[in-house]
Amino acid sequence: MKGVDTVSGQVVILGIETSCDETSAAVVADGRTTLSNIISSQVPVHQKFGGVVPEIASRKHVELVNSVIQEALNEAKVTFRDLSAVAVTYGPGLVGALLVGVSSAKAAAYSLDLPLIGVNHIESHIYANFLAKPDLELPVICLVVSGGHTDLVYIENHGNFRLLGQTRDDAAGEAFDKIARAIGLGYPGGPLIDRLAMEGDPEIVDFPRAYLESGSFDFSFSGLKSFALNYLNRVSMTGGEVNKADFAAGFQKAVVDVLVDKTLAAASEYKVRDILLAGGVAANSRLRKEILCRAGGMGLRVTYPDPVFCTDNAAMVACAGYYKYRRGEFAPLTLNAVPGLKLGADKY
Amino acid sequence: MFILGVDTATSVAGAAVIEEDRLISERFVNNLKTHSENIIPMIKQVMDDAGIKPDHLHAIAVTGGPGSFTGLRIGMSVAKTMGQVLNIPVIAISTLRMLAWNVYGVNGIICPVLDARRNQVYTAVYRSAPGDFEELLNPAALEIDRLVSGLMQFDEGVTFVGDGIPVFGPFLKERLGEKAHFGTLINSRPRAAAAAELGLAKLKAGRLPDPMFLQPVYLRKSEAELTWEKKHGS
Repeated sequence: MKGVDTVSGQVVILGIETSCDETSAAVVADGRTTLSNIISSQVPVHQKFGGVVPEIASRKHVELVNSVIQEALNEAKVTFRDLSAVAVTYGPGLVGALLVGVSSAKAAAYSLDLPLIGVNHIESHIYANFLAKPDLELPVICLVVSGGHTDLVYIENHGNFRLLGQTRDDAAGEAFDKIARAIGLGYPGGPLIDRLAMEGDPEIVDFPRAYLESGSFDFSFSGLKSFALNYLNRVSMTGGEVNKADFAAGFQKAVVDVLVDKTLAAASEYKVRDILLAGGVAANSRLRKEILCRAGGMGLRVTYPDPVFCTDNAAMVACAGYYKYRRGEFAPLTLNAVPGLKLGADKY
Repeated sequence: MFILGVDTATSVAGAAVIEEDRLISERFVNNLKTHSENIIPMIKQVMDDAGIKPDHLHAIAVTGGPGSFTGLRIGMSVAKTMGQVLNIPVIAISTLRMLAWNVYGVNGIICPVLDARRNQVYTAVYRSAPGDFEELLNPAALEIDRLVSGLMQFDEGVTFVGDGIPVFGPFLKERLGEKAHFGTLINSRPRAAAAAELGLAKLKAGRLPDPMFLQPVYLRKSEAELTWEKKHGS
């Protein structure tokens, strides 16, 4: 970890992230050196409700945000006076939750007379890859997969995003959560299915794969989900028993096959050499293995963030903020939370 | 000594700067724009009007609740973070006490009422005392009927203030008759200057809690918790 004297001359950005149920603050130098990345997870608070309760998440954020910021500064061995800018997630996400981070970031920027940078949450997930590999060259194709998103994005240069396709119904992570619940694994479902699938044979249950019309980069997981739930029903009604490991492995492979096929197709069509993964599901081991293996065969490189940077965190916000800082894209003090913010459609 | 007052607890957004015995600048809007867009530019304006920079502030006073959950969090996040950055105290002032302060000194008792929906009000009962209030009913979310029965026990006039008046005013008038008095447009909504003035008094009295983990006083749990408790017992 670098100390304050080595920080001078660098662009040091405080990132703040409160879009869902993690309260996070981070200090990142020059968009590449993570001096600190504090994440306070609320998962245990929401567990008894079976999912994130927006009002409770917002209350937790306002309670914790300042201590999380303080811890981020302390661990980075910097003070507020060492900062070059404040970057914050302003959408998409839960509006009440986003507002806590946005209000804090604006108050800090105003009090310190520093530039304020509003960051799109999806963009920050993509930029988690630049923390790992700052010298990544563009253009790239990025697959953003999480509990709320399944987006295929073409990035021609910094700040220039083209959404090639997205899910028409459930997000990939959402499908994982629902299937995990159906076989009694608990919440959040992604990592639990991943672990269980390692002991299973993916070829036992023949899950369907939805490719939609030819040439489409959109996704659909609702058919797969219905098939899975009907299959479980049918087996239990006929008094049989499902091998959960085989079931999880087959389900996971069906999701991963479609994700990988479409990502590789996009990479070919847009003639890129690099593929990025981003979002919580980018930590899925089957997805990583499959895409690495098949992309390697096509001479493509694959980059994905460390698992800690796949979950919601503020280091990726500070990193995305750095590239906006270099382009001088600063937000006014009227910046508002935009719960439905679209990628590449900044609202300021 | 400069104190910044910040309020976004109800449909009003307000900011004010006071210096000891002088209210220097104040802004108040009830313009249906979001507090998130309004509040920082409003703070900047009253600071500029007072001719001071954030570094000159000695403390920040903020509406501590009750009120709109989201509104309270916006004000609280702003105040806590400014306090943290500037390393100065943050003082939370009850929304109800602030409203009562608008009519401090009237005869009889003062009853702030904020519309809490579901036929309830966030309320408290005060009587003016030298330099402060005597609190006759602690802040609570109450059915309007229960508040009225409580108020009937007092044999004196009641002055109502707060955004509950347009909703419950006719009912209160009907039940309490001549005893009921109502605040006017200029004293019936929270004022950031009141937060600053009451904050200054608290600051001088000392014993302030650590602002790091300061939270709004909501006076009501989230829907999800209430539903869960109904199902499982609290």
